[in-house]
Amino acid sequence: MLEVKDLNVFYGGIHALKGITFSVREGQVVTLIGANGAGKSTTLRAISGLVKPRSGEITFMGQNLLQVPAHKIVSLGVSHVPEGRRIFANLTVLENLEMGAYTRKDKNLDEDLKRVFKRFPRLEERRRQVGGTLSGGEQQMLAIGRALMLKPKLLVMDEPSMGLAPLLVREIFSIIKEINEQGTTILLVEQNAHMALSIADYAYVLETGRIVTEGPAEELAKSESIRKAYLGH
Amino acid sequence: MTRTKSLLKVPVVMVALALLYLGLIAGFSHNPYYMQILNMAAINTIMAVSLNLINGFTGQFSIGHAGFMGVGAYVAAVCSVFYKIPYLVALLCGALAAAVVGLVVGIPTLRLKGDYLAIATLGFAEIIRVIIVNIQKVGGPRGFLGIPPYTNLLWTYLFAVGTVVVISNFVNSSPGRACLAVREDEVAAESMGVNATKYKVIAFVMGAFFAGLGGGLLVHLLSIAHPTMFTFLKSVDFLIMIVVGGQGSITGSVTAASFITVISEALRKFEVWRMLAYSLVLIMIMLTRPQGLLGGKELTWEGIVNVPGRLRRFRLPKVGGGRVGTTGH
Ligand SMILES: Nc1ncnc2c1ncn2[C@@H]1O[C@H](COP(=O)(O)OP(=O)(O)O)[C@@H](O)[C@H]1O
Ligand SMILES: [Mg+2]
Repeated sequence: MLEVKDLNVFYGGIHALKGITFSVREGQVVTLIGANGAGKSTTLRAISGLVKPRSGEITFMGQNLLQVPAHKIVSLGVSHVPEGRRIFANLTVLENLEMGAYTRKDKNLDEDLKRVFKRFPRLEERRRQVGGTLSGGEQQMLAIGRALMLKPKLLVMDEPSMGLAPLLVREIFSIIKEINEQGTTILLVEQNAHMALSIADYAYVLETGRIVTEGPAEELAKSESIRKAYLGH
Repeated sequence: MTRTKSLLKVPVVMVALALLYLGLIAGFSHNPYYMQILNMAAINTIMAVSLNLINGFTGQFSIGHAGFMGVGAYVAAVCSVFYKIPYLVALLCGALAAAVVGLVVGIPTLRLKGDYLAIATLGFAEIIRVIIVNIQKVGGPRGFLGIPPYTNLLWTYLFAVGTVVVISNFVNSSPGRACLAVREDEVAAESMGVNATKYKVIAFVMGAFFAGLGGGLLVHLLSIAHPTMFTFLKSVDFLIMIVVGGQGSITGSVTAASFITVISEALRKFEVWRMLAYSLVLIMIMLTRPQGLLGGKELTWEGIVNVPGRLRRFRLPKVGGGRVGTTGH
């Protein structure tokens, strides 16, 4: 579904991605794990068109994404839940969700709002509350719900566990798994390798801009070197 | 839905203001000086509300609003004086010219994130002024005299209402939502599929259009256009109006524009002190109410009727609800 080939991204003189290649198959949860600064967010930004790669290829369902501006990539069915959530702090929960469906031609959102509220009942209770007053976990739910309003084919998530208590992290990850089971392909970027490997089908390990290991998530979770470097045991 | 409700609120506030204006007119119509102040208040309302669309609702930082006013003023004056074009058409030409200039300034600068717009608008307003000074045909530094005095309170008021209605409808429309999203978080808006540059340009050009309209009204009110009427200090006046009224509040801009027009007239005798007084007022507002008098909220009937209740609640330690400006990090 998504193919990334030999991708190189620079920030000025900083070579952030040094030729990474990976793919996401339809129906899977694929995770990119790696330490802080490895280049995970940069990879996702390149996919969403928010940074321009110097070289390489990104194809989504046969279409070359490098030719498509950021705001059009969304309408192809790629939804990005950005790092740090980036919800609209001064808009209400409902307005945030409506913004999520911004590119949709049909403006019949009631059914999708119902679907999102069913998955996140806490958002429904707070639908008139402004985003900035939600707790961290609720903001993450809102960010995911907002991305789901587009009915994406591919949901791209940047560190959904960031800054959340362990219990909430578990809740968010089981929701991610559920979303996947209902048919949405997921590309998940995480520092929390343990949680990411527990729900992913396939995993890539990113180190300072290069992919150093890849394999089925279950195998990586058992591998000695991965456990030492990323799982802390 | 909330949206239709808020659409109804603005006309209600405008009717209230209309009644207030009518009252003032009835009281002051024998005094042309007071009539002039009312006209200025309406024109400043147009300027403040249109600047608020750019700065308050879309989160950009334009500091050359008087430049667009100048473009509209001189183009409308030229249309009236040299080509004898009917008043309303001349105003429209001025507004369109300002919009075109807005497009030319906006497209290259609004593609960039950051403060380029501030620098560009500042430079642009100065360039406009220098150009005007050097065109002898429109009077150069002496000013453009003999513009027919077609503007009266009926027109300024109608155009002020029109501006408020158009801009508040826009803000509550789907493109207006996109502007709000850009203001809140440009990157997040783009990842929702909002073409941020496009909506920044739309807001900027619309703002320039109405500023040009304000300029045309002004010179047909005063019968004169002068380069010193459209300087950076004038732009600062409009900035102060939206900061005082609250960025992102239309009724706030209307109130602040009217209020500041009257106050600065009252302080005219102390012209040298005016800037000092402005600075003091601004510092006070920044210290006590950085979001402006109304913040991002609108004045509504319910709000006005509820004032006693709110005051009562205010004394309790806990004040609930409201829009709070925390960011999601
Ligand atoms: N906007 C930027 N400007 C310059 N360097 C950046 C920028 N964003 C990220 N980087 C650098 O690129 C590298 C990868 O960053 P990032 O993709 O954010 O990593 P991760 O998400 O894995 O923590 C880091 O060395 C980081 O310092
Ligand atoms: Mg990151």
